[in-house]
Amino acid sequence: MAGLVTVFGSGVMTNSVPETENNDVIFVIGSNTKENHPIVALRMLKAVKKGAKLIIADPRRIPLVKHAHLWLKQRHGTDVALINSILHVMIKEDLINKKFIEERTEGFTTAAAAVEGFTPEVGEKITGVPKEKIIEAARIYAAGKNAAIYYTMGITQHSHGTDNVYSLANLVLMAGNLGRESVGLNPLRGQNNVQGASDMACAPNVFPGYQKVSDDAARAKFEAEWKVKLQDKIGMNAIDMMYAAEAGKLKGLYIMGENPVMSDADQKHTLHALKSLEFLVVQDIFMTQTAELADVVLPAACFAEKDGTFTNTDRRVQRVRKAVNPPGNARDDSWIIMQLSHAMGYEMNYADMSEVFDEVGRLWQNVAGINYRRMEKGGIQWPCPTTDHPGTPYMFKDKFPIGKAKFSAVKFNPSLELPDDEYPFTLSTGRQLLQYHTGTMTRRVKAIDTAAHEAYVEINPADAGRMSIDNGAMVRVSSRRGSITLKAKVTNVPDVGVVFIPFHYSEAAANVLTNPVYDPICKIPELKVCAVKLEKIQEDKNHAA
Amino acid sequence: MGIKLTIDGKEVEAKNGATILQTARDYGIYIPTLCDNPALEPYGGCRLCLVEVEGMPKPTTSCTTPITEGMKVKTVTPQVERLRKTVIELLLSDHPNDCMTCERAGDCKLQEFAYFYGLRSNRFYGKRRQYTKQDGNPFLERNMDKCILCGQCVRVCNEVQGVGAIDIAYRGFDAKVCPSFENDLNCEFCGQCVSVCPTGALTGRIWSKKGRTIGIKEVETTCSYCGCGCQLNLHVRGNEIARVSSKPDNHNEGWLCVKGRFGYEFITSPDRLTTPLIKRDGKFTEATWDEAISYVAERFKKIIADNGPDAMAGLSSARCTNEENFLFQKFMRAVVGTNNVDHCARL
Amino acid sequence: MEKAKTEIIVGMGTCGITAGAADIYALAAESAKTKGLDVRLSSTSCIGMCHSEVLVDVVTPGFARVTYGNVTKEAIEEIISSHVAANVPVAKYVIAQMPSYGKTYDDIPIFGQMPYMNKQERVVLSNCGFIDPLSIEDYISKGGYEAVKKVIGGGDPKAAIEIIKASGLRGRGGAGFPTGLKWEFCNKAVSDKKYIICNADEGDPGAFMDRSVLEGDPHAIIEGMLIAGFSIGASYGYVYCRAEYPLAISNLKVAIKEAHERNFLGDNVLNSGFKFNIKIKEGAGAFVCGEETALIASIEGLRGMPRAKPPFPAQKGLWGKPTVINNVETLANIPRIIVKGADWFSSFGTEKSKGTKVFALAGKINRGGLIEIPMGITLREIIYDIGGGIPNDRAFKAVQTGGPSGGCLTAAMLDTPVDYESIAKAGSIVGSGGMIVMDEDDCMVNIAKYFLEFTQSESCGKCTPCRIGTKRLYEILERITEGKGRKGDLELLEELSEDIRLASLCGLGQTAPNPILSTLRNFRDEYVAHIEEKRCPAAVCKPLITFTIIEKSCTGCMACARACPTSAITGERKKPHFITSEKCIKCGSCFDVCKFKSVLKK
Repeated sequence: MAGLVTVFGSGVMTNSVPETENNDVIFVIGSNTKENHPIVALRMLKAVKKGAKLIIADPRRIPLVKHAHLWLKQRHGTDVALINSILHVMIKEDLINKKFIEERTEGFTTAAAAVEGFTPEVGEKITGVPKEKIIEAARIYAAGKNAAIYYTMGITQHSHGTDNVYSLANLVLMAGNLGRESVGLNPLRGQNNVQGASDMACAPNVFPGYQKVSDDAARAKFEAEWKVKLQDKIGMNAIDMMYAAEAGKLKGLYIMGENPVMSDADQKHTLHALKSLEFLVVQDIFMTQTAELADVVLPAACFAEKDGTFTNTDRRVQRVRKAVNPPGNARDDSWIIMQLSHAMGYEMNYADMSEVFDEVGRLWQNVAGINYRRMEKGGIQWPCPTTDHPGTPYMFKDKFPIGKAKFSAVKFNPSLELPDDEYPFTLSTGRQLLQYHTGTMTRRVKAIDTAAHEAYVEINPADAGRMSIDNGAMVRVSSRRGSITLKAKVTNVPDVGVVFIPFHYSEAAANVLTNPVYDPICKIPELKVCAVKLEKIQEDKNHAA
Repeated sequence: MGIKLTIDGKEVEAKNGATILQTARDYGIYIPTLCDNPALEPYGGCRLCLVEVEGMPKPTTSCTTPITEGMKVKTVTPQVERLRKTVIELLLSDHPNDCMTCERAGDCKLQEFAYFYGLRSNRFYGKRRQYTKQDGNPFLERNMDKCILCGQCVRVCNEVQGVGAIDIAYRGFDAKVCPSFENDLNCEFCGQCVSVCPTGALTGRIWSKKGRTIGIKEVETTCSYCGCGCQLNLHVRGNEIARVSSKPDNHNEGWLCVKGRFGYEFITSPDRLTTPLIKRDGKFTEATWDEAISYVAERFKKIIADNGPDAMAGLSSARCTNEENFLFQKFMRAVVGTNNVDHCARL
Repeated sequence: MEKAKTEIIVGMGTCGITAGAADIYALAAESAKTKGLDVRLSSTSCIGMCHSEVLVDVVTPGFARVTYGNVTKEAIEEIISSHVAANVPVAKYVIAQMPSYGKTYDDIPIFGQMPYMNKQERVVLSNCGFIDPLSIEDYISKGGYEAVKKVIGGGDPKAAIEIIKASGLRGRGGAGFPTGLKWEFCNKAVSDKKYIICNADEGDPGAFMDRSVLEGDPHAIIEGMLIAGFSIGASYGYVYCRAEYPLAISNLKVAIKEAHERNFLGDNVLNSGFKFNIKIKEGAGAFVCGEETALIASIEGLRGMPRAKPPFPAQKGLWGKPTVINNVETLANIPRIIVKGADWFSSFGTEKSKGTKVFALAGKINRGGLIEIPMGITLREIIYDIGGGIPNDRAFKAVQTGGPSGGCLTAAMLDTPVDYESIAKAGSIVGSGGMIVMDEDDCMVNIAKYFLEFTQSESCGKCTPCRIGTKRLYEILERITEGKGRKGDLELLEELSEDIRLASLCGLGQTAPNPILSTLRNFRDEYVAHIEEKRCPAAVCKPLITFTIIEKSCTGCMACARACPTSAITGERKKPHFITSEKCIKCGSCFDVCKFKSVLKK
């Protein structure tokens, strides 16, 4: 997201999901859309049915590949090289939108110079994608009148994730594919309210609405509304918090609805950090692996038990409505926060959640026009500055928030831990269709857990054959950080030399293995690439049982 | 440029390529159908939507017939009403008619038509399809003897979901919708098929005996799983969710995924935390809210007093609402006094 | 030039092979070799005389071609010893001779003058039984591929359409839509791709017109498709043929290969720049796939289910592209019309039904087989003159035309001319060419039930009236034939039949009630007898008949008692026997074995 903020001044999906069906070229990179954003994928299929060309760039044979016109199977972590090669072809074949570049961007020359060396041949050598396909992708994408790009964690969860995003931004800028309906660059949000949590500034550097804490005017506005003095110093991000906890600098941590033990890279480190704290409060609906470590656990209400709003991946603010009562003494998170606040001497008095939202609107222009009454008729996409504004399906129509969009000169950097003799496999992690995130919810849905009961590691049949690993056999997967034991799923989804583990399962947590190295700008961990080894486990007792 | 025609004497206009049924719908003229679904390709299977068109020798299905300039359509004539009645009688002659215990009673199109056409008795009787095979999947209940072969499930699976897990097998009276070789269903379990099934042939396994229409309150809300933000209708009976549906006119077009449609059981999980817990001597003990709140507030205050507010930090969640996130960061910033607040957008 | 050899030609169509032609062929080869005779042994396809298979022709150079019928192992030995070796035809096996080959023999009927042949007019079948279907030379020697040269050489795709339109040719698959018009629609449709499909999904019970043409004259189909393809602007043709026709498919495959080698097919047909290739799609033998939209779905790899028309295939057909679907017989007519002209073709037939029509004559008929007649001759001429009437002096009762979609025509209608309009007026359809003759021993309720069982089991299941409606029709007929018919059943049959006709999606369902409606119209009293008197007048429906022994004429030969599988017949030698009705399973064995007509079936 920080990447897009640098380029455009805003890091959101440029289009709305319904616009997808009018794309004539869809370029999906690093997104297993059919499994992780199933409903967005349906719009893509609708577009394909209407005649759109679907290009997939993904190292794995993801379900959407079946519907693709072109599948670029790049090696893990080589996205920059792939995109740079595509850009090289576009420039060389004069497939770029000069008018757009001239009027709405800056920095084209340096960006173009950076891809000079990325001939399709060089691209093929780094990415493994045949040069013909690179050229074809460039031509198809450039020929699209309504071309849009979709990506998710396959792009961002790398040590060079921001570079990946920059190179995709270069691509849309080069083609002039922005500022119109059904063209753009769309990071699909993984969780229900990632967009909202960002908007609401659960972030160390900004107030709600991306207003910098260091900005005096912004701070003054918030201080006036909240009637309290606020800090101007940027705080710690989640990663820094863990190191600070380990270092003893951070004493108290209040976690609401999060399970870092499962979701963060390098579980050992996370556990150690949390145990080093003086006081940990976890507020959740289940006794998560993180809650187990807490000094106090506060029982919260789930989505069906409370009122509020979520902001989905396409900036659509939508109502959450209470349908049932929470169990026992569980309470809304907001109630708990207000009680705590009161106990600490600060009054938060809201009759209901709509008043909270109205306060957000007073502080952030982009949602000023949204209120609960309007949302009775359905969600509204911000920016929506006034109550007679219909909302904004696509962004950057006339200008970018930063004026001219910035090209970036992007260099290719390999992932930080590549396979070697000792750890010969590349491990990639991610989600699968049935389970969700750390599994706290879905693993408590009987039907889902019946159908997707066990942790598994996907192994290519060639590797499995070479190592005599049968489908369903137990294997040990180890990295320099730890090892887990789980079932082998022999499938041609991953390529030879690559294994994939979904991270939903605590009994074989993928993040025991992952490499806690971070993108220097976004602080997103490199969950998509690390080096592991596989060992077959000889377990005769399985037969006995 | 629109095409003008008359339906039941009313002058109407629609785009070239529109069907009679689509046009009639746009003008609020009701034509019965069991197999048509605006989200799917026209099918022409159930034959309920037959209408008479001047100049055509026989009634024609309005769902498949494109409109033409000057066309004169009649949607209600003695002939088409008779044919519709025959079609429904035929369907009922091969139906268990066990509405008393059927999951879909009150929400079943076949039942509704039987009601509207006043079909107490039936001219037709004979063999009825009876299937005993139980599908092994944990999500969908398939009662194929209630299937009326409208083909909506087949089409939605293929056209919308892009999976194609089922099709019609066998011929004649024995025609049957099933996965290849009558295997157990092995698909994405999105349940789109369930959402379009007009009868009780396809239902959710976990919906069984949770409530039909009486005493059900529908609450529209937003799904709490991925970022798609699908609109859900929670069917609530008492303090329990009986099932989940979605309306076709929302931004997710009524489609859901397996998690959105079937993944709500965690709400009533016995594992839910129901009371505040305070760890004492390494063990959690139950506490009242007052105890818990004042304990936490004290400890927070002490850390702030001893080490300054920056020794405190907060981690919020992309799972929680906007309002909760707003209040959380407000708490950290305005009450605790630190900018050490973050969330998990990166994962 | 090589000295002409005596030729032995064995009919090796599916019908011939079924009758044992392969053995006869092998025997002929061996016998000629043993006897040291230098002969040319070849095979040809079905000439249509199914009632006389195995057929063997012998041509002594300079003499008439002689056709032998019902050739057995003994017969072939004799024919080779006598006719092949000594040019003395074996009179007892001879059917006829063809003078066009040379000098005639005495006392042998002339082929064309036989009653079976002299009312026929062979256009579509002109090569069947005369050429080797596996030899493109044979086809070319009969003027084959001249039409293609003419049409492509002319360069104007519309020229052939005009000729076909002027000829008055109508689709021979059943519906009788003017072929030229169909081509014209498709020609006018604008598209990057178009297709021509040959519908060889022949599915009517008892019909085998298309099979014989595909087996016997495959190049005619290829040539017809080429001309159609050129005319409409299609570069691809599909032949949709049921997999149950293995010989037709293999002959067609050979023909396609040979046509490629001669550059009649390929990317540059006859160096004209016209590209045309043919692919064979084998169907799984679903009757409904004869329906053109179902056929298209099947080629596309989908389940063979019809869809609503419009759009018609000529606008939106295979893979969504404009497509012409022509039946085998229609396509086989094309090259002949092109070569001989529209006027020649339209000289056959009636005002509205031009040309000839092939029929598969079957059922209670003396000379069953494949016949081709000019449109307009009467049913009587077909059944009595060509077909030789009803066997065993039984009385003619009805003839079913148009297969399960058609209806029955009664004795009173025997003078109906066979053309689209007249047959329709009489209450049936010409259809694809099935013609099943029934005599007084056939129960019309049972016949209707048979056809309904067929259509019901062949229904694709897509639309309600056909899927469930025909099942209910069948069940009502079933209970009538079981003596469980009730008052009101006939009215219910009529009501439901009418609703199925009006409400069904495709031709299969719309026409499925026809056998019921036409038998009800013509033989209502038979239905009434079943329901009210619990009696089957034709003595066919088992639950309604009883077998008794006529004491007066029973000689006590005990043949019936020996034949009875349930020992229901008792009686002493030379004394009248007796059937215990409780034990009788009505198998009819006694009736069949009694030489004295002393078993009464009633």
